[in-house]
Amino acid sequence: MTNRPDDLRVVPGEVPDDATLVADFTPTLVDVGAHHLCPGCGEPVAIRAVMDALALLDLADRCVAVFGIGCSTAFSNNLDVEVLQALHGRAPSVATGVARMRPELAVFTIQGDGDMANEGLQEVLHAAARGERIVCIMLNNGVFGETGGHLTVTTTVGQRTKNTLEGRDPAQHGHPMQIAELVAGLQGVAYVARGAVNDAGNVARTKRMIVDAFTVARQGLGFALVEVLTMCPTGWFVPTDEAPAYLADTIASTHRVGVLRSELP
Amino acid sequence: MERGLVVTRQLAEGSAIVAHALVEAGCRFFAGYPMTPFTEVLEHMAEALPPVGGLCVNAESELEAVGMVWGAAATGARAATGSTGQGLSLMQESIAEATMAGIGFVVLNMARGQGDYFQATRGGGHGDYRTPVLAPSGPADVTQLVAEAFDLADRWRNPVLVVGDYYLAHTWVDIEVSAGPTVPRPAPAWALDGTSGGSGRAKLVSPLGTAKQRDGVGYDLSEHYAACDRRRQEMTAGITPRSESSAVDDAEIVVVAYGTMSRLAAGAVAELRAAGHRVGLIRPITLWPFPAADVLRAADGARMVVVYENNAGQMIDDVRLALLGATPVVGINGFRTDSSAFGIAPDATVDALCSSVRSLLGGGR
Repeated sequence: MTNRPDDLRVVPGEVPDDATLVADFTPTLVDVGAHHLCPGCGEPVAIRAVMDALALLDLADRCVAVFGIGCSTAFSNNLDVEVLQALHGRAPSVATGVARMRPELAVFTIQGDGDMANEGLQEVLHAAARGERIVCIMLNNGVFGETGGHLTVTTTVGQRTKNTLEGRDPAQHGHPMQIAELVAGLQGVAYVARGAVNDAGNVARTKRMIVDAFTVARQGLGFALVEVLTMCPTGWFVPTDEAPAYLADTIASTHRVGVLRSELP
Repeated sequence: MERGLVVTRQLAEGSAIVAHALVEAGCRFFAGYPMTPFTEVLEHMAEALPPVGGLCVNAESELEAVGMVWGAAATGARAATGSTGQGLSLMQESIAEATMAGIGFVVLNMARGQGDYFQATRGGGHGDYRTPVLAPSGPADVTQLVAEAFDLADRWRNPVLVVGDYYLAHTWVDIEVSAGPTVPRPAPAWALDGTSGGSGRAKLVSPLGTAKQRDGVGYDLSEHYAACDRRRQEMTAGITPRSESSAVDDAEIVVVAYGTMSRLAAGAVAELRAAGHRVGLIRPITLWPFPAADVLRAADGARMVVVYENNAGQMIDDVRLALLGATPVVGINGFRTDSSAFGIAPDATVDALCSSVRSLLGGGR
């Protein structure tokens, strides 16, 4: 992997004398701007929203991120916050161990839908029911993206994947699970929301959700989950520029965007 | 670790002694899921940890128990979990992967008999890894070995197993117990506490390696696996295999046994010696690394080596490897267990072993 400079980065030293820097959008907690995920992937946008929320809350030196295994693992060694890498599915129990020993820290997980909802569903449900003071972030693109686009439990009915070539048929492949709804019904939970990164408005709303999730967890009100719908044009077999619309029309009609529960005062 | 100075004599259950040993060794986080004969260790930890500022979490399964311990250990705390064979099977993925993440913790196996010898010494997990395995003979030395297990876990940043059984966990013994839990050792420099975030050098603890993308390398698994391999070799060379032996110098027959079975064997050897038979005993204390050189030395001059174990014959493979044909090896194993399925072997007795060894000596009754 090479460390390439980000062409789009505004470097103050190179700004002409007669120009004024009015805002610096360089993400402060992401080490390297370039990434190796597919073009059109929604996960880097979601990761940046998490990092921006941490910066906004001034939590950079008071947090530990626990990463699962999936495409988003590409960022687990690319952040300027402390990271503990977990096994596939195991991030909520690992985060529990960290949070119990270091209750002063903001402890959060980053997992995909395959990681959280398939491999490790009981982990997030029990962590929620225990009211662990952690924030779980699930990046939901409805497929196992890293393996090339295979069915997960959140794959929507009719969605084509590499192992549901004719589309997900409930009679054969079962029904999708709505994770945010599932978690929102549990006692011990203080905040549940589902955002998306398919357009600027949703990115801003998602960032707000993440800020609120950390806020309730920091106040000791209970467990917080933010599910973020992310584009996966590769795993959806749609052109990159059509992926945001596919998310809105297909994925979000099963996994509806909004705040499902908030104990925020 | 400083040891308590005040010693009291008390009647205690083996599980309570194990829990006391963990707390005294500085363990401040424990997670577990009930399973006989491990359950009582969990009960005692739930009682023993809160008074010293520690935490015991009832995990929803063994998968989460070892996950929680992974997280707690990553903050630098001395952390432990445990179970019984089947539960250990569930934990194998994390135990194997923790060796690559450089996360050390202690795992107890209060096993049903000794059928988990291969699981412990070979590892049921994936990849090229090893876990040190310590086998106390009973309540008398479990405190010392649990402390050593934590020292090894810290030193090598690797999970360490302590294997016992129903007899260890459930037998009440009259024992001297030192008074006070010790102060936990300070967190090592690599441990996570959040504070390096935002510094440009935030810490990373990962089974995929610790190289960061800003260093221009990213995750290079080839490099990381090679580094893990070097560390494993260093650990293998750095841990001295341990055993204790008695009456082996002039022995015609040397018995090899570990754990509870070594105590039965010690009784049989004492009885046979008293009757004038030249019989000795070697007890492996570390099951990995296996004390192969000690076994070879103990067997020197013996007519036969007897491997006495409460399973269908597992450690006998390591004994054969140690001897490489130098001495004939006979297994006494395959005991009938009682209907509880907890590994209680009613026929594994001092008398029965004496009788078997007498037969092998040619003087059978």
